[in-house]
Amino acid sequence: MHDKTLSELASALDAGEFSSRELAETLLTRIDRFDGNLNSFISVTPDQALAAADRADAARARGEAGPLTGMPLAIKDLFCTEGVKTSAGSRMLDNFISPYDATVVEKLKAAGTVSLGKTNMDEFAMGSSNENSFYGPVKNPWDTEAVPGGSSGGSAAAVAAGLVPAAMGTDTGGSIRQPAAFCGITGLKPTYGRVSRYGMIAFASSLDQAGPMARTAEDCALLLGAIAGHDLRDSTSVARGVPDYIEELAAPLNGLKIGLPREYFGDGMDPEVEAAVREAVKVYESLGATVREVSLPHTHYAIPAYYVIAPAEASSNLSRFDGVRFGHRCDNPEDLIDLYKRSRAEGFGEEVKRRILIGTHTLSEGFFDAYYKKAQQVRRLIRQDFLDAFEEVDVLMSPASPTPAFDLGARKDPVSMYLQDIYTIAVNLAGIPGISVPAGFSGGRPMGGRPIGLQILGTHFAEARLLNVAHQFQQATDWHRRRPAIAEETL
Amino acid sequence: MEWETVIGLEVHVQLATRSKIFSGASTAFGAAPNSQACAVDLGLPGVLPVLNEAAVAMAVQFGLAIHAEIPEISVFDRKNYFYPDLPKGYQTSQMHHPIVGAGEVEIGLDDGSTKRIRVHHAHLEEDAGKSLHEDFHGMTGVDLNRAGTPLLEIVSEPDMRSAKEAAAYLKAIHSIVTYLGISDGNMAEGSMRCDVNVSMRPIGQAEFGTRAEIKNVNSFRFVERAIAFEMERQVELLEDGGTVVQETRLFDPDRDETRSMRTKEQANDYRYFPCPDLLPVVLDQAYVDHLRAALPELPADKRARFQGELGLSAYDAGVLSASREMAEYFEAVKEVCGDAKQAANWVQGELSGALNRKGLAIVDSPVSARQLGELIQRVMDETISGKAAKEVFQALWNGQGESADAIIEAKGLKQVTDSGAIEAMIDQVISDSPAQVAQYRDAEPDKRGKMIGYFVGQVMKASRGTANPQQVNQLLKEKLDALC
Repeated sequence: MHDKTLSELASALDAGEFSSRELAETLLTRIDRFDGNLNSFISVTPDQALAAADRADAARARGEAGPLTGMPLAIKDLFCTEGVKTSAGSRMLDNFISPYDATVVEKLKAAGTVSLGKTNMDEFAMGSSNENSFYGPVKNPWDTEAVPGGSSGGSAAAVAAGLVPAAMGTDTGGSIRQPAAFCGITGLKPTYGRVSRYGMIAFASSLDQAGPMARTAEDCALLLGAIAGHDLRDSTSVARGVPDYIEELAAPLNGLKIGLPREYFGDGMDPEVEAAVREAVKVYESLGATVREVSLPHTHYAIPAYYVIAPAEASSNLSRFDGVRFGHRCDNPEDLIDLYKRSRAEGFGEEVKRRILIGTHTLSEGFFDAYYKKAQQVRRLIRQDFLDAFEEVDVLMSPASPTPAFDLGARKDPVSMYLQDIYTIAVNLAGIPGISVPAGFSGGRPMGGRPIGLQILGTHFAEARLLNVAHQFQQATDWHRRRPAIAEETL
Repeated sequence: MEWETVIGLEVHVQLATRSKIFSGASTAFGAAPNSQACAVDLGLPGVLPVLNEAAVAMAVQFGLAIHAEIPEISVFDRKNYFYPDLPKGYQTSQMHHPIVGAGEVEIGLDDGSTKRIRVHHAHLEEDAGKSLHEDFHGMTGVDLNRAGTPLLEIVSEPDMRSAKEAAAYLKAIHSIVTYLGISDGNMAEGSMRCDVNVSMRPIGQAEFGTRAEIKNVNSFRFVERAIAFEMERQVELLEDGGTVVQETRLFDPDRDETRSMRTKEQANDYRYFPCPDLLPVVLDQAYVDHLRAALPELPADKRARFQGELGLSAYDAGVLSASREMAEYFEAVKEVCGDAKQAANWVQGELSGALNRKGLAIVDSPVSARQLGELIQRVMDETISGKAAKEVFQALWNGQGESADAIIEAKGLKQVTDSGAIEAMIDQVISDSPAQVAQYRDAEPDKRGKMIGYFVGQVMKASRGTANPQQVNQLLKEKLDALC
């Protein structure tokens, strides 16, 4: 039962093949058995999970089950969950039990899902390999020498390893799409404002967005339907109706116009990755799509602009972690300044400190115009690039990452790590949605080595179209059905 | 050298919204520490601000009241600094695009003239919490009840030239915000707080001198005292050949002095940037027009009307329009008695005197506007004399009767206008005062006018003040002259 998609699980639960409780128990046992090595969970919450599963079974018995009732999930440890440790992967919040639920968590609970626990992540979502976690790195279920990607590495690994059918992630510069690609699953970053950010510990507020990670586009559609929508507690969430994402999955792709950004297919792209993406595009052509090259002329400015804006917002967002009200506090502070300095020095990891310093610098008097203001101007140009491209084509396609998953410890230099996100970062700057779907494997290893992800981008609020395009690909290919050995192991 | 003082004020006004500017927690004053701070006010991880529309409306009302430009778009910025009572490590404020643009406030000066003080802008921001240094055994307590209370910071141009002008400006702001009902204006509870910028320059010089910013100046009186101290300090420095350092100073009301807090070099770099959690505030014209239409009559307009339409003196008009409560009371008295000047005299005279002696505000007056108005009516229709009226007022103040009429009746203070009764009293006085009558008769006719006062006094005394003085005068003159 651990290998099924959400829609398959729904049928099985409806048919009485097993109960939500049995399902939760099985997966909790798998977590217990396999996650010691993977390290994809920071907290496992069996008591809450089984209680929720029992409620789901009772609802089903009353005939009140919805499509997500009793569905086991994992939630990235960036979402506040009432009564459960919410660490953001940081020592700073190792002692933080959230007194409230994030809107996403609240909605998932209301839909009857069963959270099994909180997944590992790069500290405060800052990273592309999940190596920046206070709780240690996550390993890629396809190859434990490899990173799972980041920052939602725990969520991606847990889904790939068959520990949960789906998980929630967040994406500030690629943190859903890149780990989804590295772990061979499907991950959707919705349009900025589509999903409430309330209760999501902020990294970069103007870029952060929550989204589903699952085995299929169909499951992502199911989950997005449950979490999307306007939230009065988040002024940046958009008051706009939520379409029926499932209903639109079946639309045929005849006449779909695909654009390939010229600037993306250049230096730095791994040949196997390029081959896989071009192969995927051929599949689309066979489904009736047409392909053309488009230009996103300001692509090269995306990473520099991102690494001004995101750290600037982060430096301010992370100021509340000061050792005064919650979170880590140093022992025996001498005075207030000592309390601040040591609590923050001890509580934050290296990458977080680096970004706080970058952000503090770029916002400083005398530098603001040269950095922050300029970066915002670049951001508008990048957004316009996409809007112009979507005048010509329906969707853009590219790799989710220039390479397949790299080895743990392989990227020591922060800038080479930042370059990982070259295809994903501009999407957050523009606020548009993107999805990553499995589209092949690198060679050289049994089972074809490490997964490769195809990224599909659409214009603002085009999630239904993206899910449709991804789903049709998954009807025509079986990359998304491949499982790593660990997921094939039975109890 | 002759020096000129240049003063600018930053006034922080707590807006009287029921909930906080970015959360639903209550803003009521005086609750147990941290009992009115929700997840948003505590700055818990993951929380987001949502702008309180009432605070926006109040800020716009203030802007309209000072004839300011109301920009279509305003933006919230984050002001970043660390302090224990600042939960998020930044204050959400407005730096570059404030909600209220340039405007002006009219102040009344002692000589009865007025002066316009320009307001540079006013912006919305959230208040911080309070650090508590007592009862924590060397530690500091933090109370976040106040965190997130909406503040309107009103920044003047450096248009004031004396401590008195600064105090008058602060009073004018106080009177505008209380008229509008957007703040309780309670300075003792910190609802209005003030930072004062002071610099000196030789008279005739165009450039400003270096200024010091004085914090913690929280009463009208302190504004005058802090400025007076600062003027003296700066002039002394300058005349000794020194220079004023640009710095932030703290006013200590106990020692009546200002002390250096930090110099410009030690100043924080606040790293302002637009708050990504809040959308820009967009005000459409219809919304602004709707608020404009609902504005009450403001102090300056009231003062002008009291002077022009009601014929009051500049001074009376100023005093009676200074607070909304005072103006409302005065106008209610005037409605009842029908005479603005009489109403003004009574409100400023008898009533204000009594209130001041007891330290009461006009809203707490034991004598209602209706009671006072009716009392004045009885004076005007000559039911009672002015002297008796004071006695009736005192009785009303002491709660000895429901109305002036009831007290007049109970105390028998109704003025005697029955000429038969008055004549009888006059005859009695004349027969009791043979010596005075003889003097009167012997005096030159043009001196007799002065001598009649004695007889009037005696008659009034005999009537216990109830005889109509004009009638007494008239009848006495006739009777005495008949004896000559």
